[in-house]
Amino acid sequence: MSAETTHSVLPATADEAAHDGSEVHEVSDKQYVVIALILAVLTALEVAATEVGLGSFLIPALLIMMAVKFFIVVSYFMHLKHDSGLFKFSFYVGLGGALVLYSVMLATFHFFIS
Amino acid sequence: MSDTTIEPPVTAEPETPVGYDDGQDHIGLAHHTATGLSNTKLAMWLFLGSECLLFGGLISTYMLYRNRQASAIGPDQLWDIPFTSATSFVLLMSSLTMVLAVSAAKRKDERGTRLWLTVTALLGGLFLAGQVYEFTVFYREGLGYTTSLFSSSFYTLTGFHGVHVAVGIIMLLSLVGMLAKGKIVGDKAETVEMVGLYWHFVDVVWIVIFTLVYLIPA
Repeated sequence: MSAETTHSVLPATADEAAHDGSEVHEVSDKQYVVIALILAVLTALEVAATEVGLGSFLIPALLIMMAVKFFIVVSYFMHLKHDSGLFKFSFYVGLGGALVLYSVMLATFHFFIS
Repeated sequence: MSDTTIEPPVTAEPETPVGYDDGQDHIGLAHHTATGLSNTKLAMWLFLGSECLLFGGLISTYMLYRNRQASAIGPDQLWDIPFTSATSFVLLMSSLTMVLAVSAAKRKDERGTRLWLTVTALLGGLFLAGQVYEFTVFYREGLGYTTSLFSSSFYTLTGFHGVHVAVGIIMLLSLVGMLAKGKIVGDKAETVEMVGLYWHFVDVVWIVIFTLVYLIPA
């Protein structure tokens, strides 16, 4: 692995970027390793929080850490942060639709009350 | 009357054929499509968006039935958090090796691409082996597929995810073989990136499953 090597996540020039509807962004292999380390630390924190027990803060803390890990992978490893708006729309409509649909379904079964 | 002949309009030949079917890598170039974007990539993102709905259904069904146990065997008696944390870490690191494969493909380092794809497939295989071991232990403890609503929803959810990992491994190994034999037509880097998007999605689904199924107490 070359730590110095960088690659263009998206179009190489500004003109191409404008045509592609996306931004120019360089991410090096070294930065990917740093992102992976952050994800590993967050996983360790999740497990530690479960072992220690944070009382009523445990579930919100776990959900926040889960969401952060989710968006780090989607934004940086899947490059969606700097990708075209149409790709973001395609994915987030599915994700948002699933969240709304199944929240309503769970609420119908009184999941959040019990 | 003039005898001037009308010349037909001259149309310039495009330097690159429409649709990039010249067998060259065109990473970073705008695509000759109606949107200016890669149709393959758009289709993959639409597919992943629809997969959110599939896994959303399975996860919410599990959440609904997690306390519906027929016997004393429930999540608190079964889960081995240190073991599952280790397998989760393995899958997380496979996302790193996958992104390194995509990175190598974009700089046209074919040897590096094949190496990182193989490592990713191995890490995926390790995760899958851990899941098979976990299922075997649970079965021996008395948790069959039809034991309770909890067990059915748990095995269905994690089993579906496991099948996705298995499909990902097949895709990775096929890609390694096709790269080695030079059988990839068109943009190699984009092909690697598409398999990468699928693999990362499998990883983000596990991030959600790990927290909601294993870490949040029943």
